[in-house]
Amino acid sequence: MSDATRPIGLPGIHRLFSPLVVLGLLGVFGASTMATLMASADSGPRASTLWLLVKWTPLLFQGFLMNMLLSVSAMALGTVIGAFWGLGQLSDIAPLRRVFWTVTQFFRNAPWLVILFFVMFLVPFEVRIAGVTVPLPDWLKAIIGLSLPVAANFAEILRGAVQSISSGQWESAESFAFSRRQAMWLIILPQCLRRMLPPWMNLYAMLTMTTVLASIVGVQEVMATVAKVNGAEGRTDLLLPIYTYVLIWFFAYCYPIARFTRWLEQRSA
Amino acid sequence: MQGVWDWFRWLYDQYGINFSVFYDPFDRSSVLGGLLTTLKLAGACLLGSLVVGVVMAWLQGSRVAPVRRAAIGLVEFIRNTPPLVQLYFFYFGLSPFLSPVDPHTGLAQPILGAYLWAVIALSLYEGVFNAEALRAGIDAVPQTTIETCEAFAMSRWQTFTLVVLPLALRTSLPALTNNTVNLIKSTTLAYAIGVPEILSISTQIWADRLNVLEMMIVLLAVYMLLIGALTAGMGTIERQLRIPGFGGQGAAR
Repeated sequence: MSDATRPIGLPGIHRLFSPLVVLGLLGVFGASTMATLMASADSGPRASTLWLLVKWTPLLFQGFLMNMLLSVSAMALGTVIGAFWGLGQLSDIAPLRRVFWTVTQFFRNAPWLVILFFVMFLVPFEVRIAGVTVPLPDWLKAIIGLSLPVAANFAEILRGAVQSISSGQWESAESFAFSRRQAMWLIILPQCLRRMLPPWMNLYAMLTMTTVLASIVGVQEVMATVAKVNGAEGRTDLLLPIYTYVLIWFFAYCYPIARFTRWLEQRSA
Repeated sequence: MQGVWDWFRWLYDQYGINFSVFYDPFDRSSVLGGLLTTLKLAGACLLGSLVVGVVMAWLQGSRVAPVRRAAIGLVEFIRNTPPLVQLYFFYFGLSPFLSPVDPHTGLAQPILGAYLWAVIALSLYEGVFNAEALRAGIDAVPQTTIETCEAFAMSRWQTFTLVVLPLALRTSLPALTNNTVNLIKSTTLAYAIGVPEILSISTQIWADRLNVLEMMIVLLAVYMLLIGALTAGMGTIERQLRIPGFGGQGAAR
């Protein structure tokens, strides 16, 4: 495609949101709203679903902010834990390597929802540290629950990146009398950072889309808010537009990340 | 077998470690039922997602620009939105439109139940990732191969189904395996719309018996076994179907 020959530069906003994508989104949204409007046309003076969406937007946005908080915090925590696990897999002590490999595989293959349940039920709602009672609210437990699969995936990204560095780098580091630790921290890892960025961002987008699972275990994020709105309005004709609305919000947040990731990948390829 | 069940009952009586699924026939049969539902759901979604993947990959390579763009747009939209919200969209949003009112009872009767909506939503979501994987496989088929087919007077459809797709399936098999692992993991989402799969059955059991930790261990063990069996099986298929001279590093393991 023409992307390969284009001069390197950030994709402009017009390329992120091509008119076709925007038109398509508006089309889906408009069609669903129209369908419900027509369905409710004969039932007297009721608020239109479009107006209801506008009315509830501030509340929904608050819910969406909780999703952002969950995703950013779980990503930060997961990256730190994952770096630890990933480096553990690259240790020169064999048993340590095996332990971290097992942990990583376990959390990579277990379903996110099951891990979330696991943490929600088995982490106490408060802990006592040195006589001080620290409460652990639901959202904090959700962050922990979401960060574990993130950590496992990030550990794999890190391991893959380190192993993709040519062994010549290790050998030349050794010939310059670098210790293994020095070579890792000063030579190998800095080169990995660039390679890890695209998959790391992919992981973040995936995590963001997974934060809605927190609604199942009782965290007040956007889907829980949607359930409240549906309860308050009690309108079946609102269901389709409101879910479409939330889908569009997530798309507007995640699609630019996906485009930027692809741009980074193409630039490095 | 009875000895094993009795041992678990003894474990409960003696130490309070309550693996009720092993000694209680009712819990055992409900968990087996849940496991069966999970397996059926995963199987149906696997088939569905492959069909969706092939169709979408074919449409993405269409010569008609609007069809191609629409397919790409749909793939991007489904990829970048939460599968759980998509599931709700179908089950709570779309289902009421497909529920004609029964004239005898006056109640709306949904045409498709939660299980079928889960199959549809998850097939679409995972199918889009399969389309991406197949697309990469299709692009890897050399242009000369396609030209050869043309020289043999094969139609575009014949070229796609008889030559390009079988080759692409083989090269994209590792990616498809990965997607299938994710598919099995995402069947847990069906819990949210009340499909009685194994997670949903487990939550019922631990609500009754308050043995969350034990049920969690069983649940995680089941998923580890399922995914382990799947990756092992797919690994075998990958080795069997390997195109000679390609993908050497895959076989080296």
